[in-house]
Amino acid sequence: MASLDTQPRSTRDAMGRRGIFDWMIRLARRQPLGFAGGIIVLLMVLMAVFADFLAPFDPEAADFTSMLVGPGSVSEMSGATFWLGTDQFGRDLFSRIIYGARTALTVGFTCAILGSTLGLLLGVASAYFGGLFDLIVQRIIDVFMAFPLIIMALAIVAIFGTGTDKVIIAITIPFVPRCARIVRSSALAIREMPYIDAARSIGYGHMRIIVRHIAPNVVAPFLIMLTAFLGEAILLEASLSYLGLGVQEPTPAWGLMLQGGAEEYAESAPWVPVFPGLAITIAVFGFNLFGDAVRDALDPKLRSQ
Amino acid sequence: MYSRLTKALGAATFGSALALSAAATPTLAQTPEYGGELRLVVGSDIPSYDAHIESTFGMIHPIRPFYSLLIRVNPDNPSSPTDFVCDLCVGDVPEPTNGGKTYTFKIREGVKFHDGTPLTSADIKATFDKLAFPPEGIASNRKAYFKMVESIEAPDPTTVVFNLSFPSGTFIPSVAMPFNFVYSKKDLDEHGYTWHQTNVNGSGPFKFVEHIQGSHVKGEKNPDYYHEGKPYLDGYMSIIAPKMSVRLQAIRGGQADIEFRGFPPKARDDLVSALGDDITVQESDWNCVLLVTPNHKVKPFDDPRVRRALSLALDRWGGSEYLSKIAIVKTAGGIGFPGHPISSTPEYLENNIAGYGRDLEANRAEARRLLKEAGHENLKFTLHNRGVDQPYKVVGTWAIDQWKQIGLDVEQWVQPSSPFYATLRKQKNFDVSLDFNCQAVVNPIADISKFLPSGGANYSDFEDAELESLYVDLLKAEGKDEQRELFAKYEKRVLDDLASQFITLWWYKINPYRSYVKGWKIAPSHYLNQSLENIWIDAAERKRQLGG
Repeated sequence: MASLDTQPRSTRDAMGRRGIFDWMIRLARRQPLGFAGGIIVLLMVLMAVFADFLAPFDPEAADFTSMLVGPGSVSEMSGATFWLGTDQFGRDLFSRIIYGARTALTVGFTCAILGSTLGLLLGVASAYFGGLFDLIVQRIIDVFMAFPLIIMALAIVAIFGTGTDKVIIAITIPFVPRCARIVRSSALAIREMPYIDAARSIGYGHMRIIVRHIAPNVVAPFLIMLTAFLGEAILLEASLSYLGLGVQEPTPAWGLMLQGGAEEYAESAPWVPVFPGLAITIAVFGFNLFGDAVRDALDPKLRSQ
Repeated sequence: MYSRLTKALGAATFGSALALSAAATPTLAQTPEYGGELRLVVGSDIPSYDAHIESTFGMIHPIRPFYSLLIRVNPDNPSSPTDFVCDLCVGDVPEPTNGGKTYTFKIREGVKFHDGTPLTSADIKATFDKLAFPPEGIASNRKAYFKMVESIEAPDPTTVVFNLSFPSGTFIPSVAMPFNFVYSKKDLDEHGYTWHQTNVNGSGPFKFVEHIQGSHVKGEKNPDYYHEGKPYLDGYMSIIAPKMSVRLQAIRGGQADIEFRGFPPKARDDLVSALGDDITVQESDWNCVLLVTPNHKVKPFDDPRVRRALSLALDRWGGSEYLSKIAIVKTAGGIGFPGHPISSTPEYLENNIAGYGRDLEANRAEARRLLKEAGHENLKFTLHNRGVDQPYKVVGTWAIDQWKQIGLDVEQWVQPSSPFYATLRKQKNFDVSLDFNCQAVVNPIADISKFLPSGGANYSDFEDAELESLYVDLLKAEGKDEQRELFAKYEKRVLDDLASQFITLWWYKINPYRSYVKGWKIAPSHYLNQSLENIWIDAAERKRQLGG
């Protein structure tokens, strides 16, 4: 068999493409739901990143000559098609949903990454230091975890106010103790490992031990929490915006679109609430499937099965 | 003097009020029935119970039935701007003496506050002293309405005398404001001037039962009420439901009977289409305007060029056409109730006030030029708004779109009612806010005190001696022509010269409600005629509609 180096470039590329393709087919067969979730997540990411190119209209620009027109109608002003219709301000729903993905992912990724990273650090530190510090941290976590996620987020929004940045804070804070609690349980086992004692005995500092030797070994629960948080954050952002406490007009956000549309136009212009509702459903579904697949892949017990 | 003034103003306003008010639900003469509980839905929480400092329906609708007024708009004819009748006084509304400078009211005997304390002229005096001459540090939202009042006397328990420093046609309408709840002097003396913010003790047709924060306010019939045979209802429950869809579905599903503030056109159409004759609709022009209040203490809104540019960017005529389809706004106008004889006509506004010209492109070109001249071409700021959908958030979103078209980058900062007011009144940490001037009695001269820096309800935080002087002249003006001329000058100073605040659109009131609710008549204000004493329930019709 000829080595890859002796193959012409075009043949190598073709084999490489076929390799990725084969790998994807294998992945889809082994993890069909996770694969579907991954595709949804990928599409959402692409939608968010390339929103400027994909959206046919400015998502915030009102067109009062095209208020509440149905899917497939044509704009009198530009001649372009409103694929999913328009809202009460004549704004193109398709464009707002595309840009809404940007808002959802910005909030989702920021909250999930911040929440799980801070939770990781807190959980590892709590496990590592133990004693009084661990006791105090865990009791504070107990207090935070006593409240349902949405109630905690609502309380925080009530303190900080509305807007994208405030929503990120409101969603991130309840994530921290949840991740910290899970990570701590793994870190407690790691702390007792001989190599941690060895690191201590040769004089490594606490920060070095935590960051270099404990944290990398609790990456699996960390990643599982992170992917689970993604879907939760998107749903929470939509919930807060729906309640009028999250992202504010005219920013395109799915929950906000649902709020204005679901209330007044569900009967006469059902496309106004239906499409943002679908977007939320598909996104959360996709992230949950993807999260489950990541958990399956990282959990040794499930992997061996 | 009062006759001459009221006739001049009254004759002028009456015709327009008739023309403007579309309160067109003729009720057949039915005999009112006693009993039942009215369930009304209110789209706002209650900032405080104290009407002397509040301006919101969120307080008036649930709390007004607990209180009495000295005089009031005739509950049988609330669309008239000149038909006032006694509430706590007896006989007719008094004519002035002493060249129009003295009003003497005779007070009804035997009236008691709900705690059993007898009501006397001392309570009336204490109440109006608080309204007109609040002590340092005590707010009074309608202080400017009583600028003409020099002193108030209570020579005996049944007489109150108002001494004016000059005759004024706005005095009686100002006294009739539904926010002038009469408080017990005993309460004011014993508990202080802020006690009524969190406590209720009135002499109105209903007695306070409970207020569950965020849920409801409940009232029960006052058996000692002084208007014979009233109220008809056993009680009422004011359900707090900030979301419009909840209020709408509550009426549709029979969980509520009425909402007094008003629904947008779409909601009316949905209700009528779903329930047909089970719904009665009353509509009227609304003495309520949504305005933009820039914070003059925040740069660059201290610059009149920037404020003027913001006003120039708004397409009021187009907004009237489009927003009236989705919101409770309709008419483009100046600072006075549109159509009122002393208010400016659309033609006058078009030719004399920035932002009213029909050539939108020219307006916006001028706006861009002013911003460039002021060095703020790409201005970025936050529009502070109230967390109430109709019409605040709808008009706020529209305004942002308008400003975007002259290159501005505007974000919206929405707050629920209580913190919204706290931001306007205390924190004052906003750039530009959507604000409103919702008045009760159609009384343009009094109503425009909102735009007066010293008026008590102007949140722009500025001073202007010329505006103050113009307002005093306007209060003293006697003839209609003089009033109109001074009114136009005042308006130009506010909207054009200073652009200290500026108008978006006037509201339009649409009230669909269950047809078994009888006796309520719409007024050009959602503050008027809210004592609920005339309302009764047609029990048979209610049973037919809701069963049980």
